[in-house]
Amino acid sequence: MEDLLEILNEIAPDVDFSAEKALIDDKILTSIDIITLVAEISDVFGVDVPPEELVPENFNSADALWAMIQRLDEE
Amino acid sequence: MSFATAGFVAFFAALFLLYYAIPKKHQWKLLLAGSLVFYWFAGWRCLVFIGVTALSTWFAARKIETLAASQTEALKAEEARRKEAGDPLTKEERKARKAAAKKVRWRWALGCMLLNFGILAVMKYTGFLLSIVGVSFRGFAAVMGISFYTFQSMGYLIDVYWGKVPAERNFARFALFVTFFPQLIQGPISRYGDLAKSLYAEHGWNNRTIGRGALRVIWGFAKKLIIADRLAIPLKILTQKPDLYTGWNVALVIVLYAAELYADFTGGIDITIGCANMLGIDVAENFNRPFFSKNTAEYWRRWHITMGTWFRDYVFYPLSTAKGMLRLHKACSAKFGGFGKKITVYLTTLLLWFVTGVWHGAAWNFIVWGLLNGIVILVSQELEPLYARFHGRFPRLKPSKAYGIFEIVRTFLLMSLIRVFDVYRDVPLTFRQIGTIVTGGTAVRFGELGLSSADWIIAGIGIAALYAASFLNVREPARDRLVRRPFLAWAGATALIVLIIVFGIYGIGYDSTAFIYNQF
Repeated sequence: MEDLLEILNEIAPDVDFSAEKALIDDKILTSIDIITLVAEISDVFGVDVPPEELVPENFNSADALWAMIQRLDEE
Repeated sequence: MSFATAGFVAFFAALFLLYYAIPKKHQWKLLLAGSLVFYWFAGWRCLVFIGVTALSTWFAARKIETLAASQTEALKAEEARRKEAGDPLTKEERKARKAAAKKVRWRWALGCMLLNFGILAVMKYTGFLLSIVGVSFRGFAAVMGISFYTFQSMGYLIDVYWGKVPAERNFARFALFVTFFPQLIQGPISRYGDLAKSLYAEHGWNNRTIGRGALRVIWGFAKKLIIADRLAIPLKILTQKPDLYTGWNVALVIVLYAAELYADFTGGIDITIGCANMLGIDVAENFNRPFFSKNTAEYWRRWHITMGTWFRDYVFYPLSTAKGMLRLHKACSAKFGGFGKKITVYLTTLLLWFVTGVWHGAAWNFIVWGLLNGIVILVSQELEPLYARFHGRFPRLKPSKAYGIFEIVRTFLLMSLIRVFDVYRDVPLTFRQIGTIVTGGTAVRFGELGLSSADWIIAGIGIAALYAASFLNVREPARDRLVRRPFLAWAGATALIVLIIVFGIYGIGYDSTAFIYNQF
């Protein structure tokens, strides 16, 4: 989880990722941020996020992201 | 058929009356019949094309869904078998089987996409591609709305492939989704999951819904016939002989085109969505006060919204999450560190905007237009740390109203400047023309641009009205408020219709029915 927060903070340093729950809905993360994030997740966690997972439910908070990464790792 | 014709009004009036007269459960069938009749006016050949797309997509989507179900069953059975045999499936084995199954489904999706994008490519781009290798070919006759209905269908196919939406088993119902007539001319590009909610439902007569829709249709016609078609006259003169109109004339083109395209495109969309609303059907919005955007990225979230989201979800995201792209990212960041991480982002973004440009038209100017948008977005992205530092120094600037206005004007001018590649149609010429704004050119003679002073005033009032309307609509669309007071609604509608009749341009010598996006 710390690794994920590190990645997130590098992409958007001004955001408090432990508190934010509407990263997509409030347009805090842009689509370019999202693809940067996915690329980093692939590098760091070895998990390739398929495009159908790029939905607000998975990206609205750091927790949701972490849950998605773990689920994709398992499947 | 295009909107601003008596033919369309007659067609829609007839359809509308029948729609509410027949038993509600047959309403969607009437819409299908109506859509086919509408499309038939574009030529029976066009019906063949749209038919092929509808049939192939319906079939492929059903196949993919059936496969997914049977593959899941097969995997479950194997898991049970192996567990019983005391040799349960490992995580790797399960992943491998799932991947193989997905590959089979992918082949169906890919086949369908190659067929339909292939048809689109051949019909739209043969002339252009041949011209690159020096062969002159006028190109095939346009198939109305092919860019829109192909994208709408392929979006559905991909959604089924991703398991986001259930396949439509009934071909007639699916055919309605593909051919839904209000959208055939210039979108919006709907998602099956959204449109299906209201498209097939039973719709009872509702004064408010129909009133709102009707007001929107009338407003759309007003924008089209009073403002857009009026401004098209000087625009045509200014751009047909560009050498005669340089310098400030080019600046005039930039501003006039912004107003004309906005009035024309949003007017057409108003008619589309208004008609759909009158039939009780909800269609996604395509514009959200785009000229109030503070930066390019925001502009593209507010202008032609359904196209932007389509490209984001079906091109940008799949491209950037493709295994090849991820591996390239890893290699680049290993080799070039921090800068390397950005390479695939730039590549994907520029590819996205290249494709967006190509979608708009089979000509170099559209490709240049697309790439310019992409470059501006990437440059703004890169300059962000610089902006942040600047604003850190002057913290009171950013939240100030003046700065907000500056950002809006800056974005408007930048987008309008890039957009002008649409209108001169030749890349070197466009650059030259823009250059003359700085170096100077011919004088602007308002009196010699095909409009009388009265016309210019009417256009000006029209634009002011658009501006005022966008403020009135911020919290709630004005028409929603109007329908709550029927007398005002009727008065407003009548007044608008009178204005359209009196001030509408029914041009002789100018095809007032040719919406700019009609060629798509």
